[in-house]
This record gives sequence, structure tokens and C-alpha cells, in this order.
Amino acid sequence: MKLEEIVHELKMDVRSAGRNLAREVRGGYASDLLSDVMANAEKDYLWVTLQIHQNIVAVAVLKELAGVIIVNGREPEPETLAKAEKEGVPILVTQLPTFEIVGRLHQLGFRGTA
Amino acid sequence: MGKDDGFGRVQELSYELKVGEVMTTTVITVAPDNRVGDLRELFRANKMSGTPVVAGDRLVGIISIEDFIKCLADGEMDCPVRMRMTEKVEVLYADEPVVHAIHKFDRRGFGRFPVLDRKTGHLVGILSKGDIIKGLLKKLEIDYHEEEIHHYRASHIFEDILADKTAIRLKYDVRGKDFENAGASASALKKTLSRLGFHPQVIRRVAIATYEAEMNIVVFTPKGQMLADIHPDHIEVKAVDKGPGIPDIERALVPGFSTAPEWVRELGFGAGMGLSNIQKSSDKMVLKSKVGKGTDLRMTFFLYR
Ligand SMILES: Nc1ncnc2c1ncn2[C@@H]1O[C@H](COP(=O)(O)OP(=O)(O)OP(=O)(O)O)[C@@H](O)[C@H]1O
Ligand SMILES: [Mg+2]
Repeated sequence: MKLEEIVHELKMDVRSAGRNLAREVRGGYASDLLSDVMANAEKDYLWVTLQIHQNIVAVAVLKELAGVIIVNGREPEPETLAKAEKEGVPILVTQLPTFEIVGRLHQLGFRGTA
Repeated sequence: MGKDDGFGRVQELSYELKVGEVMTTTVITVAPDNRVGDLRELFRANKMSGTPVVAGDRLVGIISIEDFIKCLADGEMDCPVRMRMTEKVEVLYADEPVVHAIHKFDRRGFGRFPVLDRKTGHLVGILSKGDIIKGLLKKLEIDYHEEEIHHYRASHIFEDILADKTAIRLKYDVRGKDFENAGASASALKKTLSRLGFHPQVIRRVAIATYEAEMNIVVFTPKGQMLADIHPDHIEVKAVDKGPGIPDIERALVPGFSTAPEWVRELGFGAGMGLSNIQKSSDKMVLKSKVGKGTDLRMTFFLYR
């Protein structure tokens, strides 16, 4: 499924790199620990987190993630958005908490690495 | 060697690039009637070991530091260049592929070749090994440290492209507590490795390990450096710092162990997983550290496992 369809289905707001929503998403990973994401997320995964500072962009770029979903209605810091825009990393925001958004992604058929 | 390694790309490029694209176009020359004695200052000031001799637009010879020294020994410093120069000059043409030049350097052992325009026969430039390396790296859009190329192993890198041996070295400075640029070295190295054409899987492993090492320098030390040596069959990345050091390495390696301060943990660091990520993604990891002196971490990645 493409990122733009997921954005639409889950009614998320796009905060950066709207140009890169045509990307195919292969799965997901949820964590607030950066090293955990470095170790366990995979290319083309969506990353669900409550982290909002700019280091999430470096992780997303290095891991070639499809995008980052920020939960609980938190807003990414301005530096984060600037960097994400520049690097082409889509950042999406949702009012839902992690448990809920992951559940819905699962319903759409997405899995992590089990 | 396959196409999935950086050196394959370098070799391809050496066929595509022309001598005229990488040569130095501002050439210092002397006239046949100049005194040999005047060469001393010219060679010294320009750090040259030889220079073309030109009459009008025509290349008539080349005179080297050895010719100069012989002249000096004979006590004939007033002698004109014409009498002491080598007339039969080995040249390159601007439209030749760089790979010809590489072979010529290899066979002749000369430091530089005059470059002629094939049609007019005029001298249009001069080519050194350093020019070739710079040209190749520039084409690959690789940031290199000019100093490194000149002083560190200029001829080395060069022979190595040829002989499928060592090594392109890339160097990145990392500042402690600079979370704005944190991850920049890992990103730059990743970019360079993809430009060189390495296999994505290798690139991913290097990216994870380099990122973790870089973050440890950012989080725990005032500053440090990342050095990446790219060899044909492996990549070695060193992360060195003069920070506080690690008192108990064995303990630091235990997944989950972290001394990261609270404010850093709030940013998502401090899971205590960095070093074990490095161990998992590299083929070999050597960690050395002295309290109060600093830490030296080496990671090796083999390209063919
Ligand atoms: N370059 C270094 N200088 C000083 N101490 C270090 C250095 N690298 C690691 N350490 C020590 O080793 C511990 C473990 O490092 P490791 O990278 O595994 O975890 P972390 O950095 O604490 O957390 P994470 O990497 O998951 O964000 C650190 O908490 C720190 O005490
Ligand atoms: Mg760490």
C-alpha cells in the first residue's frame, strides 16, 4: 500500500515532504528509542514514535524509512521539519496514541518483523 | 571484481574521463634559452620535480630536477636549458582516456606528463597522479581532504586504484553535544558508498554501525573523528575521541547498559544498544579505551561474506 493511501485511511496530517507520499510501505516499527529503531526497523517501514526532535530525521534517512508517524498529537520541532523537508522524509502526525495507530496499521494489513 | 563494489565504478570512470578533463591547465614552462641555474628557485617555489621546455607554442623538451643536479655537479649552472633537457618527451593527448595515463604512469614512473592537443600539437596542460585522483573523486562527488591526498598517500591511492589494493580514506569531524549535526558523518559516508556503487546491504550495515559510533562521540565526548578506509574487499571505520573513556568495557557492551544522562534519554538515546548494534552489523569490532584518555573503536565490514 502506498503512503498516501495510509495517510488518507488513518486521517493523518502531513507535516513535511508531501512530495514523497507515492512511496510503497512494506511494514512498520514502533519505538521511542533510536538505537532500537536502528537495529530493528527496515527499509520502507513506517516508524511510529513520540519523539519530535531532529535526530529522528537522521535515523529515518539512514534506515531509508518510508516515513515517521508522530503520535499523541505531538508536533515536530521546527528544526525537525526543516531537516525532514530537506531530506525528503515525510512526517505525519496523529492524535491517536501508539497502541491505537499501530492497531489500525495492523488492520490495514501491515506487519513488523516477527 | 563485480560491479557491486566501489572500485569497479572507479575503473569504469577511468575509461570515461579524458586526460583533458582532469589535467592542470596552468602550466609553468621554461624557454630553451633560460639558464639551468634559474631552475632552482622555480622548482623550489612551485614544488615541482620537472618542467616542460617550450619554444613559442611548441613543446621542445622537458627538464627535471635530476638534470639540474647533474648540471650542478658539473659546475655548469650558466648552461642554457636547451643543452641539458631531454628532447624526446613522453606526452599524453588531451583526448585520451585517463586509463591510458594511469598505465603510462605505471610503466614510466614519471611524476608528470605534458599534455598536448592532438590537432595543433600545442601544449595545453600537465598531468600528475594527484590530478587523476582528484578528477576521479570529483566525478564521484566525493568530498576529500586535499591535504590527505597530497601528504598522506597520494601515490598510494593511485597505485591502489590500479592494483586493486588499498584505499580511499574519508575523514569526518564530530562535535560533542552537537545534536543538530549528529548523524551527518554516517549520512555522508552512506552517500559516498552508494556513489561508489557498493552493495546496498553492505551500505546499510556500515550506516548503522557508523551512526551508533558517531552518536556515542556526540553524547559522551567533547569531540572526535570518524575515519573510513575503503579497500577493495573491506571497509574499515575508526571512531576515535579524546573523551572520558570507558571504565569497564565488558559492562558497556552488555545490551541495556547506559550511562546516558536523563536529558539525552529524553531525546531517545541511552537504550544501551549502540555498541551491540555495532557488534551485530560489523564483521569485526575492536573497542579500546582508557579512562581520562579516550576511546578508539574499530569496525570492519567485509564486502564478500
Ligand atoms: N566514546 C565513548 N566515550 C565514553 N563512553 C562511551 C563511549 N561509547 C560508549 N560509551 C559508554 O558505553 C555505554 C554503552 O554504549 P552504547 O552505545 O551501547 O549505549 P548508549 O549510547 O548508552 O545508548 P544507545 O546507544 O542505545 O543510545 C554508554 O552508556 C557509555 O557509558
Ligand atoms: Mg550509543
